[in-house]
This record gives sequence, structure tokens and C-alpha cells, in this order.
Amino acid sequence: MKAAIVRFPGSNCDEDAFHAVSGILGHDAVYCWHKEHDLQGADIVVLPGGFSYGDYLRAGAIARFSPIMREVIAFAERGGPVLGICNGFQIACEAGLLPGALLRNASLRFVSAPVHLRVDSIATQFTAHYHVDQVIRIPIAHGDGRYTADADTLARIEGEGRVVFRYVNANGEVTEAANPNGSMRNIAGVVNARGNVIGMMPHPERAMESLMESSDGLPLFTSVFESMLAKVGA
Amino acid sequence: MTRFRLSIHIVPRRGILDPQGKAVSDALHSLGFGAVTDVRVGRYLVVETQADSADAARESARAMCERLLANPVTEDFEIAAVSQA
Repeated sequence: MKAAIVRFPGSNCDEDAFHAVSGILGHDAVYCWHKEHDLQGADIVVLPGGFSYGDYLRAGAIARFSPIMREVIAFAERGGPVLGICNGFQIACEAGLLPGALLRNASLRFVSAPVHLRVDSIATQFTAHYHVDQVIRIPIAHGDGRYTADADTLARIEGEGRVVFRYVNANGEVTEAANPNGSMRNIAGVVNARGNVIGMMPHPERAMESLMESSDGLPLFTSVFESMLAKVGA
Repeated sequence: MTRFRLSIHIVPRRGILDPQGKAVSDALHSLGFGAVTDVRVGRYLVVETQADSADAARESARAMCERLLANPVTEDFEIAAVSQA
């Protein structure tokens, strides 16, 4: 299996994602510069975190028009799995791959801290290795993570079980205090209607092994790689 | 073709939490501007472009806003002025 890690000018979690795929899981990983037009035959695409184009205009607004994004959108339309982390989530929303938008944190502060998330759906190829309502601990590091969508969109994604991760306290309860950025309904991660594009503000690639203090991000990566291996085997 | 200068205002849509606007509003209240009922903080862009007419320039600016300059989920835009540059 091969993952393409897309690099934009200003990406800064690309090497973490590469290490997660290659160093920890032992799969192939390749970098794709944003000006390229080829995903190099990848089975999985990662849009990593960072500050593409310095977050000019809006986070992700300019990156979404990078040449490689045409290939990423076509890949997603063919059903290929796309994992958008942090800035990658912002880019995916701007590109229309996911509903909603990520706005400035309600506190107006950049927040870098481990947070608790509740896994609200395991019916996706990214979360099959978790169990429902599992509480996991994964770091966030962002200034623009307030998930916002209109009422119809919220009702639709909730109704379709597309809210995958929510900010919760250690007991798994959705509370205002556990919401680090003011996201509507404490939403931390969503999938598209087809279930092959996920966006999340927390960083699973920074929680992959014990020395990172949490390995709760590992099941996300093993879930998606195993689902792709199963497809090839079938 | 003539060169036009476009003034474009982009603001958070009413009803969407604007923490910057709220912070500014609170500061204005504490300075004694108690009559202030709402503040929203957005962006102001000045774009110069070639076009056949002012109307064409305005149409072009609208397309720019819809495709890139404003986020249709959270922001409203207004093309406030079109003048020859």
C-alpha cells in the first residue's frame, strides 16, 4: 500500500504523516509537491497539517486551487480514501470535499494541547478499529478549528452519522468546557457522504506510539490501510 | 479595456459567531460607546482589474468573490465601489 503525502508551501506535519505511514506502519509513503499533477499511484492520500500559503485570505483557501488538488478531488470522486488533518481538513472543506468551514477559535487563541475525543461512528474505513463511544486522547494544535455549518448541513451530517469525532471530557461527555475552539456541537471530525474523505482537526499522526504519550491515532491509520488491503485482496 | 479599481468588503455572515467582532464590541462598550449594538470584523480588498466597462468589472469581482475571496458557508461580500484606476 502506498500513501501520498501532499506538500504545500507551509505544510509542517508532512514528515509526521510520512513517519506514521512509513516508519510505524511499514507501508510506502511518497511526498507530492503541490505543483505536481500525479499522485504516483497512491492508494491513500493525506492532506497534512500546517499553514499552507501562510493561511492567507482564509486557512486552506488558496491551497485548494493548487494543481495537485485537481488530482486529489478526482481521486476522491473515484472513491479513494483521503485523510485531511488540521490544515488538511480546512483545505478539504474549502475544496468542497467536506461540508462546513473552520473558523477562528472562539477564544481567539491558538490552542496546542492533548484533548479527549469520542468516536461517534465506527462505520467508516477510517474508524473501524475503534469501538463506538470509545474515548481517545489526541493532540490538537490550531488557531482556526471552530467547525461551523448551516443548520441544514448539521442536521444532515448528524442524521447520516457523519460526525466521526467529538470533543468530550475524560468521561466521554460533550460539554462546553471540553470544546477547545467553539466548534458547533463539539464536532472535531466529519466524513463525506460516501465515507471516503475524512477531515479532523486533531492530529492522529502525533499519537502513534508510546513515546508520543498516546497511540490512540494508530487505529485510524491501521483501519484505512487494512480496508484498502482488503479491497485489493477481494 | 479600461483599468478599474474595485473595493470589496467581506464580513462574517450575521448569526455566525464572530469572536473578533464581539471582543471589539465589548471594548467599545467599556470605552463608553454603549450605543453600539453589533460589530463584525471582516476584510477589505482593493482589486485592480482590466474590463470593458464598470459593469463587466463588477461582474468579474462577483465571480472572484464566489470562487475564492469569500467563503460561501460563512461570509457575505459586497462590492462597495467601482472606479476607474
